[in-house]
Amino acid sequence: SLLHSVQLHLTIPLEFSDRLLIKGGRIVNDDQSFNADIYMEDGLIKQIGDNLIVPGGVKTIEANGKMVIPGGIDIHTRFQKPYRGTTSLDDFAQGTKSALAGGTTMIVDHVFPVPGSSLMEAYDQWKQWADEKACCDYSLHVDITHWDDTVKQEVDHLVKEKGVNSFQVYMAYEDYCQMTNSELYEIFTFLAERGGIAQIHAENGEIISKEQSRMLQIGITGPEGHVLSRPEELEAEAVFRAVTIASQTNCPLYVTRVMSKSAADIISQARKKGNVVFGEPIAASLGTDGTHYWSKNWAKAAYFVTSPPLSPDPTTPDYLNTLLASGDLSVTGSAHCTFSVAQKAIGKDDFTQIPEGVNGVEERMSLIWDKAVTTGKMDENMFVAVTSTNAAKILNLYPRKGRIAVGSDADLVIWDTDAVRTITAKTHQSAAEYNIFEGMELRGAPQVVICQGKIVLEDGNLHVTSGVGRFIPCSPYPDFAYKRIKARKQLAVLRAVPRGMYDGPVSEFSLSRGGTPSASARTSPTKQPVRNLHQSGFSLAGPPTPEDLPIRPAGRRIVVPPGGRSNITSLS
Amino acid sequence: MSDCRRQWNREDELPVYLAGPISSGPNQRKSYGMFSSVEGAFDSKTIDFDSYAVGRKGSRTPRSRSRERILDSADGACLESVIRGMTASPIRGLWIAKQIMQYAKMSVLPPCAPPLLQDGRLLIKGGRVVNDDQSFYADVFIEDGLIMQVGENLVAPAGVKVIEANGRMIIPGGIDVNTCLMKPYLDTQPVDDFLQGTKAALAGGTTMIIDHVTPQPEGSLLEAFERWQEAADKKACCDYSLHVDIPKWNETVKDELEMLVQDKGVNSFQVFMAYNDLYQMTDSELYAALSFLKELGAVVLVHAENGDLVAKEQRKILGMGITGPEGHPLSHPEELEAEAVFRAITLGNRVNCPVYITKVMSKSAADTIAQARRKGSVVFGEPITASLATDGSHYWSKNWAKAAAYVTSPPLSPDPTTLDHLHTLLACGDLQVVGSSHCAYSTSQKAIGRDDFTLIPEGVNGVEERMGFVWDKAVAMGKMDENQFVAVTSTNAAKIFNLYPRKGRIAAGSDADIVIWDPDSVKTITAKLQQSAAEYNIFEGLECRGGPALVLSQGQIVYEGGKLQVQQGTGRFIPRKPFPDFAYQRVKFRNQVKNSQGVTRGMYDGPVYEVPSMPKYITPSPSAKTSPTSHQPPPIRNLHQSNFSLSGAQIDDNVPRRSGHRIVAPPGGRSNITSLG
Repeated sequence: SLLHSVQLHLTIPLEFSDRLLIKGGRIVNDDQSFNADIYMEDGLIKQIGDNLIVPGGVKTIEANGKMVIPGGIDIHTRFQKPYRGTTSLDDFAQGTKSALAGGTTMIVDHVFPVPGSSLMEAYDQWKQWADEKACCDYSLHVDITHWDDTVKQEVDHLVKEKGVNSFQVYMAYEDYCQMTNSELYEIFTFLAERGGIAQIHAENGEIISKEQSRMLQIGITGPEGHVLSRPEELEAEAVFRAVTIASQTNCPLYVTRVMSKSAADIISQARKKGNVVFGEPIAASLGTDGTHYWSKNWAKAAYFVTSPPLSPDPTTPDYLNTLLASGDLSVTGSAHCTFSVAQKAIGKDDFTQIPEGVNGVEERMSLIWDKAVTTGKMDENMFVAVTSTNAAKILNLYPRKGRIAVGSDADLVIWDTDAVRTITAKTHQSAAEYNIFEGMELRGAPQVVICQGKIVLEDGNLHVTSGVGRFIPCSPYPDFAYKRIKARKQLAVLRAVPRGMYDGPVSEFSLSRGGTPSASARTSPTKQPVRNLHQSGFSLAGPPTPEDLPIRPAGRRIVVPPGGRSNITSLS
Repeated sequence: MSDCRRQWNREDELPVYLAGPISSGPNQRKSYGMFSSVEGAFDSKTIDFDSYAVGRKGSRTPRSRSRERILDSADGACLESVIRGMTASPIRGLWIAKQIMQYAKMSVLPPCAPPLLQDGRLLIKGGRVVNDDQSFYADVFIEDGLIMQVGENLVAPAGVKVIEANGRMIIPGGIDVNTCLMKPYLDTQPVDDFLQGTKAALAGGTTMIIDHVTPQPEGSLLEAFERWQEAADKKACCDYSLHVDIPKWNETVKDELEMLVQDKGVNSFQVFMAYNDLYQMTDSELYAALSFLKELGAVVLVHAENGDLVAKEQRKILGMGITGPEGHPLSHPEELEAEAVFRAITLGNRVNCPVYITKVMSKSAADTIAQARRKGSVVFGEPITASLATDGSHYWSKNWAKAAAYVTSPPLSPDPTTLDHLHTLLACGDLQVVGSSHCAYSTSQKAIGRDDFTLIPEGVNGVEERMGFVWDKAVAMGKMDENQFVAVTSTNAAKIFNLYPRKGRIAAGSDADIVIWDPDSVKTITAKLQQSAAEYNIFEGLECRGGPALVLSQGQIVYEGGKLQVQQGTGRFIPRKPFPDFAYQRVKFRNQVKNSQGVTRGMYDGPVYEVPSMPKYITPSPSAKTSPTSHQPPPIRNLHQSNFSLSGAQIDDNVPRRSGHRIVAPPGGRSNITSLG
């Protein structure tokens, strides 16, 4: 498949024909690290090795022994998300610019069709926005916000023709885009047949809406009501349920936004039991906590509002980083979706109206380096895996993305492990007025970012061009998820037990009340003779008078059933 | 009590056949007539009823003084009639028990009691009383269906029937918390009704059952309750109580529930997460139901299975052409049980309501309960006889009738290590109660579903075998001690359902529901010898060590030496009060702790984005409040749009950050509430 992708990229027009050589770097992939030079041409990695023979006039970057890693893939962004007539602050231009500034060279955005509207139209809309503005390669997830036969056809079309292999469904947002268990079952079954990945927003929407009304009723209207009405166990519960449904339908499951310890625990338990499930903590849950919801500053508190909420437990980020390092959680996203204070203030009197979303696309890589690698939880290879490679594998983009190898896209980052920067809204790329990581000092930052074979970040200067980002189609059946699924499908063939016909007596019954609703049309058009026989020799109706009953009423047992003994009904 | 303990310790060292209370040592019996005891018989050897009575601490009076007072002031015979009157009356406060106890302590009694009393008097001598907290050698004196005295070397008055226990265990009669003896299915009813069912119970050492009232989805709860009560009053041979199932959640149900709790003595209600389109409740309904039941102080029993998924799986399995009983476990995989248990516990935590999981059938469901308990949830788990003694491999039996006999929901797990695991959790206290979910249908009734497993009436037997199998698989295997055995078969149930210490304990004042347990008896389970009317016993052929040698129900011998002597209709309805301490004490404290408080902030006075009135958007909750601010709409956005070119190269790429983007001084002036930084 590597060869195939190489051939594919050779057809790329010559406008990308920059030639670049990175000398003296240490290449870090998810499996190993080694010292080698990298030669890039036409946006692809052409050669890797020592003492490369390269054409003259090539721009050379001296890495000086620094790490060269595959560019980050932010698998979860929501740029330009429409919300009640407005859109989120960072559009595809601003958003991808932030991404590149943080060392992320590809984003995967969520298409959110308004419930009831067409998935295809929404997809086209998003693609148009992104094609116009994106500064780096992108791909798209599509959210399934309602479920019927039309949606089914659209999903089928998106998978087969449009390069979408992952679809998100919601267990929260009651009366809006929440799916029932039956719908989830159907969606998962459908996706499993088509080779798609089921992404899930896991929170119990029904209990949340009950808790929200309760909070508002007792007079809690500020942002703290958000976290109080969405306690972490509702997240864990929904994750548990989603894992159950996915395992029933044999569909790979991807839990977006793992925000709490208990949800992460459920995922790691499920993985230990062998379920195909991936967990995605986001920059916010890995870097900060939910204590800020109680800030006296309304605007600050509102800036942290996202769903599931950040956990008020301050040990959560540490715990999630540990699970990320151990491989129990697989990928990291940012769920970047920023709103201005004025937009957040839509919910100033009612926390349920605050638009949800936090920043993180720019800080994601540094945060993980700082919290996991410098603390000794994670090595550099695992760092590459959780920030880039695993995402590429899940999206079936590997090894085009997520790896430094000959033939892969020239998306890479020279990572400066010693750089220290302080996060503040004053210097971040996002248009948001506040940064939820405000004041945090992070070690590790990109020194040089190369996207599509072009240098976009060097010496602290960002040179981006809107509209150069290409849509990268994702094909179905990613091996990373589906190899196991396919094998299990073959194993999990159920067989009926071959028995002779039951020919004993059948009790008379009617389905008039209280019957089992399912498949009840099939209720045995039994021939009358059998039942009559039964009734004649075998009294069921009317309890026998207790006086004549000995300790054990032997007469009530069919020792020799009327109609003769049969080896099918005989009980021994 | 210390001196007593020393004695038991000494006796424990002796071989069983020697370890009796009859010793020729210093405790020589001297008879002063009826009821006279030897020296030192009053030295706190009796279980102090007061100290176990919750909320009555400190009301204990010194023994000797009160005894003297009674002796001085009242004539014995007179007192006796007073007490008889009191016990006959339905109101039974703790104070009565206290009086009885004091009365029973009198060493001098009228020389001969009225002969009619003697039928109700019994003395069990030389047994080892096993409660859930301790075991000790003592004699037990029973009168009028109550335990009057527990102590060493009680001397039987003339004419009182004496049972020699010969060092065997005397345990509180079992309480089976889950039976369905009248559960209607389509047009039929289980073959074991209240008579047959309670007979089976008594034969197995269970002296009380709690049956499930199953009203029709549209029917009245109260009417159903009365029907059940009427039937049970006519037929039951042992005391019983009733759970009421809630088939549907609506406003009428609320009134009925209140009535049932306050006037009818029901403190436990079952809700269903399974049976799609029939009994199943949505999460919102469950939340509402739990909130309401918690206010009433009831215990919520949950049938935990994800009904939506079960329905889907059933259709799938039938579609594949699997119509036999094996389709039942295939369409009810154990993770659907675990999922529902997890959800039920989450709901319970949110509402702060005790949750009781009926029928724990699988390892994963049990593990979920154990984990939740470790996190502090108030949750109880009830495995049943079937899940503790057999497994689901029988669903694949070639014999349709045999396979169908195992059909129950949640199904027995096909994993044969399940029972061992459940016993382990039961022994360590992670699971608390053992029920049987006894609901026996005849083969011809099961055959209703011969062409479609979804129509097979659900239910297995187990009321008779329950105690035996817990002994055989847990105690005889060394997993559990005899005290824990009493706890899981009787005491915990009494505590959870607020029957304690009237039931579930051998103490003065408790009901005389007593079993003399024979740990050495061995029998092979077979339908030929069972009490139940079903043709098949799912434990057929299993050997079971341990069984009742003698069973007393309401002070009457109902089972002795394998012979049952019962009288139908003697079973009384035992009303239960709400707010059982065992479940609700913690809940009450948590209620006080768990008050959420808002943050006091000034009013937000910054700019507010004006929301166009869009017909549909989320939040069904009181959303009319969305800020009718009359600020000129979005000055920020205009600013933003004006100086920011999105397409093509950017002029200001070198400028690290455009400050114009940010509201440094928001229109309308800076306010210390909106300022960020």
